[in-house]
Amino acid sequence: MHTALESPKGIWWKPAGRAEKLWVGIAFGWCLVLFAMMPLWHLKGDQNTTGIRRKVEPAAFQKRTIEFIQQYQIDTEKGIPVVEPPPGSDVYLLARMWNWVPILKLQKGAEYTLHLSSMDLNHGFNLYPMNINLQVVPDYDYALRIVPGETGDLRIICNEFCGIGHHTMIGKLLVVDESVETVTYGSGER
Amino acid sequence: MNEAFRTCPITRLRVHSQADALIKANAVAATIFLVVGGIAALLVLLTRWQVVHLLDPAWFYRMLTIHGMSMLIFFILFFEMAVLYFAGPVVLNSRVPAPRVGWFSFGLMVFGALIVEWAMWTGRADVMFSSYVPLKAHWSYYLGVIFFAVGALTVVGLFFASLVVAKREQTYEGSVPLVTFGGLTAAIIAVVTLGHGAAIYIPTFLWSIGVMHVDPAVYRLVFWGLGHSAQQINLGAMVSLWYLLGGLTVGAVVLNEKISRSAFVLYILFINMAAAHHLLVDPVAGPAWKVWNTSYAMYLAVLASMVHGFTLPAGIEVGQRMRGVTQGMFGWLRKAPWGDPGFSSLIFSIVIFGFIGGITGVTFGTEQINLIAHNTLRVPGHFHATVVGGTALAFMGATYYLIPLIFRKQVAFWPLAKIQPYVFAFGMLVFTMAMTFAGTFGVPRRHWDITFSNTTFDLQYSPAVDLIIGVMAVGGLIAALGGVMYVLVTVWSVFFGRRFELATAGGGGFHGLPRGITNPPSPLPPGDHEEHPKTTGTLVLVFVFLAAFAIYYFVNWKLLSLVWRIG
Repeated sequence: MHTALESPKGIWWKPAGRAEKLWVGIAFGWCLVLFAMMPLWHLKGDQNTTGIRRKVEPAAFQKRTIEFIQQYQIDTEKGIPVVEPPPGSDVYLLARMWNWVPILKLQKGAEYTLHLSSMDLNHGFNLYPMNINLQVVPDYDYALRIVPGETGDLRIICNEFCGIGHHTMIGKLLVVDESVETVTYGSGER
Repeated sequence: MNEAFRTCPITRLRVHSQADALIKANAVAATIFLVVGGIAALLVLLTRWQVVHLLDPAWFYRMLTIHGMSMLIFFILFFEMAVLYFAGPVVLNSRVPAPRVGWFSFGLMVFGALIVEWAMWTGRADVMFSSYVPLKAHWSYYLGVIFFAVGALTVVGLFFASLVVAKREQTYEGSVPLVTFGGLTAAIIAVVTLGHGAAIYIPTFLWSIGVMHVDPAVYRLVFWGLGHSAQQINLGAMVSLWYLLGGLTVGAVVLNEKISRSAFVLYILFINMAAAHHLLVDPVAGPAWKVWNTSYAMYLAVLASMVHGFTLPAGIEVGQRMRGVTQGMFGWLRKAPWGDPGFSSLIFSIVIFGFIGGITGVTFGTEQINLIAHNTLRVPGHFHATVVGGTALAFMGATYYLIPLIFRKQVAFWPLAKIQPYVFAFGMLVFTMAMTFAGTFGVPRRHWDITFSNTTFDLQYSPAVDLIIGVMAVGGLIAALGGVMYVLVTVWSVFFGRRFELATAGGGGFHGLPRGITNPPSPLPPGDHEEHPKTTGTLVLVFVFLAAFAIYYFVNWKLLSLVWRIG
């Protein structure tokens, strides 16, 4: 035997010892478990990131977002439109330096298709306090079906560096439960 | 010709004077960038610690960019160039072919690095390490990176040439040693990495001067072919140094060349697929692409690391047992030279890399789990464990041998050097764990103000987050102290240290030299050792690792199942 600093002489392709064989076998088995979990979660899990992915011109996405806002706007807060789309609809969230437009008001337990895109740089969608994270890339529309699980007055933090105002880029998302009570905008329960 | 060589009195290797000189130059350059990156690290830390909140936003983002580039690119690659000159010409008793090319490359790398530093410090490149298009830096920034990469690629070519020369001039018998094989792995991965670098920085440079369009999503893919693969050069170099330090400090044996070398080959074949880790919640790739690539085919590169994670401690265990350290299950570890900073660095590097860096990386790199990890503090928590607690700490351990073996100086402030790995490793352990934990609350990375003062909508994290960030800051400060100790010891040793003569160094407990040099591991008893001692201690340790891995992994699936339905 020798250290790793010495040249092995002759043929070193020799059978491994029992302990090494055992560990390599177990490690490989574990790797297969790690691998299998991902397809399995596509079949059985409720959280996947596939969605619908396509290219989009920033101007076209902006136009679509403006139409969406005009269609379902119910209020304005701090200069940003508040929009309440019906369950099942396509929902648009536009990221730009340094805000998220519009403020969305969604129903708990209803399904929406959330479209994300950026007008300028890369941005990061981080939903507080759920800790859901998605990359928002300019020129691409990322559409994911989401079902809000809890009610609340939530925040959208930008977690991709997007210039000097990055840390001020914070948006708002409201989730209400119509089946319990009619929550008017601004009641801000958490 | 022979005057160009000296024979190392400790390793019996013939060392070419040009190898000596090139290793010294690259190691000194690495240390300078470590100091620059370290100062930036401290300023970034003291800003993210909201209690101090030192820098204004512009300088915070600038320092974060400087920290990333100086550490991840300049410090690490300069040190790796030194490792390549060591693993090639020195370990193989050979000469550096075309040393002038080596010096030219070194000059080019320094030139490129200085351009990039200038662009960053003058506010022309506040774009972070990743510089995602269309976030634009001054064109000189991209050009500087290209110069640096061309220089590094040339050194890699020189390393390949040194293997050919050594083989042709028969400076060694048999196959190249495992340390060189590991260096070769790192070098091959470097070619792949720098190829991606050219493929992304050249178009981005052209884009910055307005003659080409670069798609933002394509940029992210190809950039991470560079950005993540570069970390796998570190991985190859680090594992190679682990084997080196094991051999130098306790005479660790190579249990089976086939197993260890096959594991290195798995790195070469699969590890560059890790670019996918960055695109798991991107609006481009489909699920099959994500699953296949994020798992390096079927976690074959993870398998390689798990194999090294066994063969390294097992090699130490067998080496110790064969030399008569046979007490109990862990006597080989308990009786190890813990006062040798080369040895303590080695063990801490393996532990932090494996238990924190490896486990978190594989977990966050799982396609769906990335949804609750992407761009949060969990990500820098992971890569500080791999790159700093793992790679940088291994580099530090190697430095305590580099100083006497290559610089031929005693290690200055020896008592400080002995405790340095403990201070640094403890600090990094606390820092990375706290950072990862803070990320589970969704705390973003690369963010100036997580109290969200002066924002349109208020947000207040749970008080637990303040506490965890405080712990992170304390850990980071301890690690920074360890970093200062390292720089003090190395700079003093190299520039003001005493030259050492082995004659005066004999005997135990000599101040200023690691034990692996004053009392090198005794030669193994003769025989072919087909029947070597058992590795029961190591087996227990790797099963503890596997248990920790499985718990962390499945806890994260549970956490994921609690978030909203999405898809």
